[in-house]
Amino acid sequence: MYAQLVETGTKKLKTLDEMGPEERAFQERIDAEIKIEAKNWMPDSYRKTLIRQISQHAHSEIVGMLPEGNWVTRAPTLKRKLQLMAKIQDEAGHGLYLYSAMETLGADRDEEIDKLHTGRAKYSSIFNYPTLNWADMGAVGWLVDGAAIVNQVPLQRTSYGPYARAMIRVCKEESFHQRQGYEILLHMMRHGTEAQQEMVQDAINRLWWPALMMFGPSDEHSPNSAQSMAWKIKRHTNDELRQRFIDQTIPQLEVLGCTVPDPDLKWNEETGHYDFGEIQWDEFNRVIQGHGPCNTERLNARRNAHENGAWVRAAAVAHAEKKQKAVA
Amino acid sequence: MQKYDDLTEFVLRMGDSALIQAQRLCEWTGKAPALEEELALMNVGLDLVGQARNWLDYAAELIGDGTDADALAYRRDERNYRNVLMVEQPNGDFAVTMLKQFLYDVWQFHMLSKLRESKDDRVAAIATKSLKEVTYHLRRSSDWIKRLGDGTEESHQRMVKAIDDVWRFTYDFLQLTEQENALIDSQVIGDVRDVAAQWQTKVNAVFVASTLTVPKPAEPFYLNSREGVHSECLGALLAEMQYLQRAHPNASW
Repeated sequence: MYAQLVETGTKKLKTLDEMGPEERAFQERIDAEIKIEAKNWMPDSYRKTLIRQISQHAHSEIVGMLPEGNWVTRAPTLKRKLQLMAKIQDEAGHGLYLYSAMETLGADRDEEIDKLHTGRAKYSSIFNYPTLNWADMGAVGWLVDGAAIVNQVPLQRTSYGPYARAMIRVCKEESFHQRQGYEILLHMMRHGTEAQQEMVQDAINRLWWPALMMFGPSDEHSPNSAQSMAWKIKRHTNDELRQRFIDQTIPQLEVLGCTVPDPDLKWNEETGHYDFGEIQWDEFNRVIQGHGPCNTERLNARRNAHENGAWVRAAAVAHAEKKQKAVA
Repeated sequence: MQKYDDLTEFVLRMGDSALIQAQRLCEWTGKAPALEEELALMNVGLDLVGQARNWLDYAAELIGDGTDADALAYRRDERNYRNVLMVEQPNGDFAVTMLKQFLYDVWQFHMLSKLRESKDDRVAAIATKSLKEVTYHLRRSSDWIKRLGDGTEESHQRMVKAIDDVWRFTYDFLQLTEQENALIDSQVIGDVRDVAAQWQTKVNAVFVASTLTVPKPAEPFYLNSREGVHSECLGALLAEMQYLQRAHPNASW
């Protein structure tokens, strides 16, 4: 998930009887699966929650370009270079239309980006991990985009219309990235040297647990889920989605001929799901609090890009003003 | 240094230039001044890697010893690279990057326009396809030169400095060699003899519209991309780009 621990600003769920007429009409609309549109009345907390979630999602797309940027200059063939460049370009595109969806709620892109740069807004924890070998470009596509898709497929039906519609396009492209990532790994496992196969296993070892953490805290520690579910911003709990991801990923792992670093992982005939070991929540909390392996580098990279680009943006504005004056 | 026949050398020059220009654009990932520019820089880079692949595929066929586009891109040393000197220059700030892009786009635009008329079908086909993309690249980079040249005092000064740094490398792509003239005479490639003049006209027009002064024509001095005598920065660029292929020579990716 590219949005974790999104604060809803509510203490407890209201019943329909406790709501005023506007809020009640709003909730009934949601319950009837009718999309909320930008001009419809909505509770302030719904608006703020969505702004938080969509901006977090958009920031994740932008920060997510950085670990891939680490390898785009070293992609091993022209084909792989083209694929990675296209993926990075798609991510910038996702960022753009997510920011646009967010702006329909009255938020301002520059302000929200400033919140990212000043540490007041989050992005997905996964992008605070380093990409250390080429197989990471495959594993990020397969596992990270894969986890994102599991989260985002239900978001195509999320209650806020502009967000839901943006997600339809995002999901199509993410599925493509995931297949491409998997193909990178499969090629290395089937046609690669021993060193390449080691790279693949190494990438999976490092990224497996952080990918599971993308779904956010377990349900018992996810205080905001109930409200987000009532608003149908969220459709499934973190644990449901995490389980779904594991269940669909393990068979793909077996085709690769690789393993995940979890001795407790095994198929449970009774539940029809995979059992898995305990996630290191200490690590998760450290990373989202800003102390992951690359938090500093990622934020510095974004801030530097913004600061170094200030004169360019100023020039563009000044030039546009001159042109406008010339016309007037 | 390896020398091939005239056509192969020419095709390598077109392909290598596109590839090295794209490699420099890749370095911008996550560093662009605005999100829209991340998209645009990568978009131009994608087009150029695609063009490079088409040229290098053809070069590999012409060489005909079993080599392929990837081997040419990833296993040739800098002395065997034929790219124009300007594209290998470091990105510098956004002014340097856009200036290099613009000067290269103008050259590409006029070269490709003429190369469409080549008797060699492959050259004509690659030129026709590439020109559609380059037309858009040129429109975009021209706009940026105007914005930066005629923007703020700071952006203007940065453009002036960028021109100071980059202009000397323009000589290298504006001159034709004896071998290239022979290709033109035999009509294997289209008549690109007017490209230098067309390039100058377009650059003058955009510089004037950008309140920038056009320097005197650059003069040759020592460096010579056709002989593989590049600036120092190409070696480091290739070391990065070719790292995986060099470290794992028998690998398939």
